This record gives sequence, structure tokens and C-alpha cells, in this order.
Amino acid sequence: MSTVVILADIASEKATKTTAELATAGARIGAVTAVVLAPVGKGAAIAATVNQGPIASVVVIESADFASHGVAASAEALASIVKEKSPAAVLIASHAFGKEVAARVAVLTESGIITDAVDVAADGVATQLVFGGSTTVHSKVSHGTPVITVRPNSIEADFSPSTPAIENATASIGADAKKATITSSQPPVKGGRPELTEAQIVVSGGRGTDGNFAAVEGFADVLGAAVGASRAATDAGWYPHSHQVGQTGKTVSPQLYVACGISGAIQHRAGMQTSKTIVVVNKDPEAPLFDIADFGVVGDLFNVLPQATAGVSAKKA
Amino acid sequence: MKIAVCVKQVPDSWAEKKMVGGVLDRENVDAVLNDLDEYAVEEALRIVEAHGGNEEGGPHTVTVISMGPERASEAVRKALSMGANDAILVTDAALATSDALTTSAVLAKVIGDGGYDLVICGTESTDARMSVVPAMISARLGWAQLTFASKVDVDPAGKVSITRVTESGVDEINAAFPCVISVVEKINEPRYPSFKGIMAAKKKVIESKDLASVGVSAQGAWSQVNDATPRPARAAGAKVTDEGNGGEALVTFLAEKKLI
Repeated sequence: MSTVVILADIASEKATKTTAELATAGARIGAVTAVVLAPVGKGAAIAATVNQGPIASVVVIESADFASHGVAASAEALASIVKEKSPAAVLIASHAFGKEVAARVAVLTESGIITDAVDVAADGVATQLVFGGSTTVHSKVSHGTPVITVRPNSIEADFSPSTPAIENATASIGADAKKATITSSQPPVKGGRPELTEAQIVVSGGRGTDGNFAAVEGFADVLGAAVGASRAATDAGWYPHSHQVGQTGKTVSPQLYVACGISGAIQHRAGMQTSKTIVVVNKDPEAPLFDIADFGVVGDLFNVLPQATAGVSAKKA
Repeated sequence: MKIAVCVKQVPDSWAEKKMVGGVLDRENVDAVLNDLDEYAVEEALRIVEAHGGNEEGGPHTVTVISMGPERASEAVRKALSMGANDAILVTDAALATSDALTTSAVLAKVIGDGGYDLVICGTESTDARMSVVPAMISARLGWAQLTFASKVDVDPAGKVSITRVTESGVDEINAAFPCVISVVEKINEPRYPSFKGIMAAKKKVIESKDLASVGVSAQGAWSQVNDATPRPARAAGAKVTDEGNGGEALVTFLAEKKLI
């Protein structure tokens, strides 16, 4: 049986659920080997958290270079494992770090690359949603080891426990991969809400908030949702740019997307129209976003959202 | 300092895009300078302006480098009108269906041969949205990778430090020249080309190169599109008007859908 290498997605020294998603996709193609890139002395503890999903084995590489030299050092270590194992595919999480590691692995192993896959089939064909989700594309790597980045939250993960064999490996990191040095690192500010791109529910505010996101945040919190914003809202400085959903911001595909006071320019649609269910709250009955809403409320978000927030709280109680 | 800025001409992000024969139809849409590359041009200009400028005969230059069809000269010209000194445009029929690997190989060769200190890119193009080319250029040249920068500080003596902002957090990273930098949106406010800038850009040189003169052979794309299908348009569902119970109606909908 062929092997598939996945780069274990680690946050706060633990495997994320994205790791299980990568394993689930990888297992369709072959036996999954998860590569764990760990700080010195932390490999065993981190590897122990890589135990959800169909993972056959774990390869642990410990090096201080991963924290000091980031993407370049990580890519070199992963590429060395890829060269050794000659897997049928390499799957990596599709976030900034993962895509850049994938980019370098593709160069180092002279392989084709596909990014932002939302699904990967047994024959290695990747599904992508392009042009803001308006077009479904199936594509396949035709040279080298397919390097595929998979969007978090796209594949329904098999979380069943596994007890992979753990193997330690070393990688020599070349001088070129150490030319950029990370002098300090801060984890993302969580603020108690889920990460926008990983959230099951996203509640977003736009021009209609007039700069007051309290109602949007209140509804988001009762739903356990992430908060998004339209470009109009971030350009106005009402909400941090890191929360912008749209063509030039984040692309989200949650189970539920609630757009509040967002008219729905193509710019915004491009970032959210693959959401499973879309709810729109807007004073303007002609807002274009109503055209793609599964449920729309024509009304003032400052009246509708607090009532809905109270309604959800009451149901939970 | 010699700074190169990589730019791409892309379909207008407001335009409807279609796939034809497995590749993006670029012929029948308005084409513009990739929005996110404007931040790269602006950052390059700010860096040189902070250290004596890029006037003719001055200490610093900003060169725009692009790969694309002849039509891409329009996007290149826009970058020149913002204030870059000159440009190189690689055009070759053999590049028509190339992937990020080929693009990065071509750009890396042009950059490597040009003796630049810094290369600045946008984080992604608004058409392909892969975010891989800057990392690939860095890997190919063996230069330091300073990507997803929300802040760039350059010491012309040969050092760069950036603040990298991604989903994974905030990193402070530094390196010595030469470096490949990518800048995130909102690192700056790109200037509008002035009338004077637009007139001056008409006289600036865009050096045209084909693959043979770059010295890279076309390898063809290493991934292929099997099929591309427009997704069915979403149909609008129920729409209620808030008459004092809009929030309750919303909760009922969410409960029916088992979303709460």
C-alpha cells in the first residue's frame, strides 16, 4: 500500500482538528504518516496528541531551527522525509504557514502543487472552489509527488482514535534555510472567539453596523461564532482588518454565515458564498446578498440581533 | 539599494471570471494590476524615499518585474506611474499555461541575474490566490524569506526586519540582504499615480524578454485541471420583514435547521 505524508498541524504544542482532517483525506490514498516538527525535547509530548484520525505512523523531528527559522527550515525537514518515503501525496493545512511550506517543498522535491483543496479523492484528484466559490475545479498533479494544501474545516474528519507507531528522525537544515531569523513569536490573540477560518458559525457586520459591532458580537458569542467584517467595515476602521471576509480578506466556509448590515458586493460574496447556510439581516430589502440567503430578515440589525440573541439564550437555558 | 517588485496583471476582481479549456479566460475580462501588488510597489517606494529616493542618478532604484502576455505592460505601466524607475516584462507564448512553479523559476532567474538587494511581492494574486510564489522565489534563489509582512524596516547597510502577521500569530523576523519580502494588505496606503507620474511612466523603459533571453526553458504546468464547472447559483430562501419579531423568526429558522 502506498504512503501519504501529512504535515501534522500543531497549535500550542497540540495537534489541531485540521490534522485529523488531513489524515482523513490522506487515508483515502494510502497509509498516513504524520510528520511532527517539534522544538527540542517536545517531540514525544506533541506526537502523543497526534492520535485522532486514521494515522498509521508518526515521524518526529526535533530541532530548534523550526522556531528560529520558520517556514524555510520546516519545509526542508518535510522535504527530506518526502524524498525518503516517496509518498503518493503530501497533504498540508492550507493556511499561510502551510501554503508557504508546501511551496518550498514543491520546489525542493520538483513536484506539482495544488493549494486550497476542499476535498481530495482516492486517485489524488483535488477539488477546489475558485473565483470566490463560483466555480468547482477538479485538478491533479502530473509531476513529482503531489503537494496538496487542504483548507481547514472542509473535510469531515474521522476523529476515531489511533495508536500510530512513533519514529524519530533527524533532518539537516541547510544554511539557506536559516537566513531569516525569528526573534520573537506571539500566538494569535484569541479573544475567546474561534478562529475565523475554522469556525462552524461566522457572524459578520458591515456598513449597517455604523461602527457599532456590539450587537454582532453579542449574537456571535451566544452562537459560539467567530466575528467577521466586510471590507467597508474594516476600511472604516470599525473592525480589525484580520477579520475581513472577502476577495482580499479571508475566505470562510462555515456551516452558518450570518451577514448583518452587509449589502453583498461581489468582493464580499467571494469570501463567503460557499457557506452551507447563509442568513442575511439588512434594513434594505434590495440588498443583493438576499439573493443568495437561505433566510433573510428585512430589518434593523440593532433590533433583530438582540432579540435573536435573547431567543438563542432562552433555548439554551 | 536595488529593489525589484514583482507584479501580476489579473482580471479585475470585480469581473466575473470563467474557465475555458482548463485555464482562466484572461482575454475577455478587464485586466488590472493585482490590487495586492500595489502595496508592494508602495512599500518599495517608501523604503527608497526614506533613504534618499530613487530619482535618476540617485542611490536607489525600484524595478518592476512581471511575467505575462504583452497586454500585462498596462499593469506594469501603472506601477511605473506610481514611481518605479523601470521594468522587465517576460512574455513568451510557451508561458501561456504555466503554473506557479514555472512563474517562480522565471522570476527567480530574472531577479538573480539583476543583482537586486530586495524583492518585494504582494502576498497573493487575486485570481489564483495561492500565496506560494514569494516562498518559491526565496527557495530557488536561496535568499531569506520575509513574507506576510505588516511592517518592514530596512537598514540600507544591508539588514531588514519585518513583522509577520498570519493566522499562526505575530513574528518578528530579520535577515541580511538579499531578501524576498511579501507585504500584506494594509501595510500602507498605495498612492494614486499623479498626472506627472503617468506622463513620466510613458517614457520609462519596459525591457521585454522572452524565455530564451531569460535563460529558462518552459517545463509545462505540473498540475492539470480535469474539469471546471460553474456552481449552480444559490436560490434565495424565505425572507421576512421585521415587524417586531424578526429576531424570533431568525431563531426559529436556525432551530429548524438544527443550527442551534
